[in-house]
Amino acid sequence: MNPKRKKRLYIVLFIVFGVAVAVGLTLFALNQNINLFYSPTQIAEGEAPTDTRIRAGGMVVDGSVKRAEDSLEVMFEITDYEKTVSVHYSGILPDLFREGQGIVAQGELDGQGVFQAVEVLAKHDENYMPAEVAEALEKAGKMPMPSGQEFNK
Amino acid sequence: MIPELGQYALILSLCIAVLLGTVPLVGAARSNALWCGFARPLAIALFGFVMFSFLCLAWAFYSNDFSVVYVASNSNSALPWYYRLSAVWGGHEGSLLLWLLILAGWTVAVAIKSDNLPDDMRARVLAVMGLIATGFILFVLFTSSPFERYLPQSPQDGADLNPLLQDFGLIVHPPMLYMGYVGFSVAFAFAIAALLSGRLDAAWARWSRPWTNIAWAFLTLGIALGSWWAYYELGWGGWWFWDPVENASLMPWLVGTALVHSLAVTEKRGVFKSWTVLLAIFAFSLSLLGTFLVRSGVLTSVHAFASDPDRGFFILALLAIAIGGSLLLYAFKASHVKSESSFGFVSRETLLLVNNVLLTVACATVLLGTLYPLLIDALGMGKLSVGPPYFNALFVPLSLLLAISLGVGTLVRWKQTSGALMLQQLWLPAVLALIAGAISLVSLPEFPGVWVSVGLTLAWWIVFTGLRDLFNRVRAKSSPFSAMFKQSRAYYGMMFAHVGVAVMVVGVALVSTFSEHSDLRMEPGDRKTFNNYEFVFERMDKVDGPNFHSDTGVIQVLYKGEPYTTMYPEKRLYTARNNVMTEAAIDPGLFRDLYVALGESLGGDAWAIRVQYKPFVRWIWLGGLLMTLGGILAATDPRYRKQARRDIAAQSA
Repeated sequence: MNPKRKKRLYIVLFIVFGVAVAVGLTLFALNQNINLFYSPTQIAEGEAPTDTRIRAGGMVVDGSVKRAEDSLEVMFEITDYEKTVSVHYSGILPDLFREGQGIVAQGELDGQGVFQAVEVLAKHDENYMPAEVAEALEKAGKMPMPSGQEFNK
Repeated sequence: MIPELGQYALILSLCIAVLLGTVPLVGAARSNALWCGFARPLAIALFGFVMFSFLCLAWAFYSNDFSVVYVASNSNSALPWYYRLSAVWGGHEGSLLLWLLILAGWTVAVAIKSDNLPDDMRARVLAVMGLIATGFILFVLFTSSPFERYLPQSPQDGADLNPLLQDFGLIVHPPMLYMGYVGFSVAFAFAIAALLSGRLDAAWARWSRPWTNIAWAFLTLGIALGSWWAYYELGWGGWWFWDPVENASLMPWLVGTALVHSLAVTEKRGVFKSWTVLLAIFAFSLSLLGTFLVRSGVLTSVHAFASDPDRGFFILALLAIAIGGSLLLYAFKASHVKSESSFGFVSRETLLLVNNVLLTVACATVLLGTLYPLLIDALGMGKLSVGPPYFNALFVPLSLLLAISLGVGTLVRWKQTSGALMLQQLWLPAVLALIAGAISLVSLPEFPGVWVSVGLTLAWWIVFTGLRDLFNRVRAKSSPFSAMFKQSRAYYGMMFAHVGVAVMVVGVALVSTFSEHSDLRMEPGDRKTFNNYEFVFERMDKVDGPNFHSDTGVIQVLYKGEPYTTMYPEKRLYTARNNVMTEAAIDPGLFRDLYVALGESLGGDAWAIRVQYKPFVRWIWLGGLLMTLGGILAATDPRYRKQARRDIAAQSA
């Protein structure tokens, strides 16, 4: 091999090595940070893992929001009109959080079947229903309103 | 009447775009000067008609014409006039029209500023722009016309603009971002034109460099503005969320940054040509992909206005044609491209190659994290999201590697340097950076962790290697001091952009480590202390705005016990759609922001209040501004005009 080719080979090897390391790290990191979505039915039936970061979503049950007197602790229930799951959260709820509103929460399921949320998301439009929630409701055949026309229009 | 004129003008502009996309292309292929000559007037006409159409829509908004569906769903008579005008791009249809207007604007800019181009090159570039315009005008006309009417019954008043968007940030963020996105179409058009003509040479790189730089500068500014807007408007005090929509703008930026550097190598040394072309294709393709992701409704966020499968399909088809077509052309033509020179292992070319590889890898990781959930969903394997830790885990090390190579790349020479010479150049900046980094660390309240320490040191490394380079350039001069001000504008552009990187690294490192925040339940009289600042919740006031009612908190801030300022965070209720919005109160500063946002009323006099202390957060956007400035300085270097004239002379000789 002449020196020029040799040099090129080194460069190519360097790039291949770099790409391999990058791809390996990327896939590893991706694997560590995937948050799967579970509907209240799936959670109630024990399909969701405990002590792993997951996402859960549904409609906030009317009259279920209970605030603590002296702190920002809050409990509420979410439902897909089939099963209901209790959610515990400490902190400020988003502007669009309301009873009867679709939300997605991020957090872990504890041993008692209560969802310990670290983040609650309600998106920026009052007609908006999180896509996961809409799909879960449709699957359960429980889409509210005239065939869901009011949402996501 | 006026909206119909707008629609009509849009149809005419489609005809013109079709002509622009074909006639000059045929003319260039047959060396027909007359046909090539059509490119310029057609480009000007295209801009004129699109502009007219845009103004018609703007007029409909200004005059509160709620018989137009798009106006009725995005505006309201109670809106102040400036928000009525910026509401033009507050929804899907209008923002596409803005996209189109900016595309026509870039086209006409190329037409006017291309005296230095050979006729056939200009004809081809403008024709490619015309083809892109054709695709997008078709898209607007067939799937998202903003001029449709509610007839005969039209609403009395509009549904109002989304309150999140009633803000200065929305007036400027989308146009700047689109200037960047669409600006890459010029680099793309130059690349395609060069492939078609087979003239991939230094002259081609020189022509496309200023356009690429300026588009990159706009994109940088657009992203920085978006980050700033999210920071003060969303009420969380976060400045980057790794939201898919943000990623959609970051990807073209990363590839665009690689392109800016790769073009430099192609111009100066005549190597990396096919790579540069590929980057130009990818930069624009990622801009299109971004438009697709944001506009098709596959992603759900503030930016996804509506989900309509037809629209998604149409953009996907455009994307497939643009990417597929250009890659096919690339496959046929790029194999003929030959490098004009070679380079050694220790050389600036190698370092810029490293830069390109790192940026491309960064873009690929973002792409993977953004598309992976969509892919899994499409395969029916469940709903999932990829969390910010994934992006941080990959992005932080890649950025630090990039910062290291940035410093080295500034100091090594083109073509070949001996290892000894390189070390001789590098040791002093390295030592200085270590010392300055150590001093910075000691002056921090506590040890910030390994990554942040490395980041701070590397910020100094970028600064000191830059100074070393400047020193090298001026020390042999008779008056070194005045020589400092006589470097080329492009050189200062590079310096500003690189210092911008350093500033941004400092901002990101410090704000991520030393931010303090707490969510509190406060009643009037309650206090909270952070870093010498004491926040006292005094009371709540009721205030009415033009189209909202507001609960305004009054929060007294004391600094070391002395009264310092009063902050007024708001909770607004926008009446048209009953939207509740948080308006955070921010006390900005170069070294720290105080940030107070209201949560909800907790009954009685108690409110949930979020108080935050954000050190160095402004540095993130300051870095972005410096990069923007750098891009503009580099793009406006007079060298391009002079050299281009010489190229023409050389080609016609």
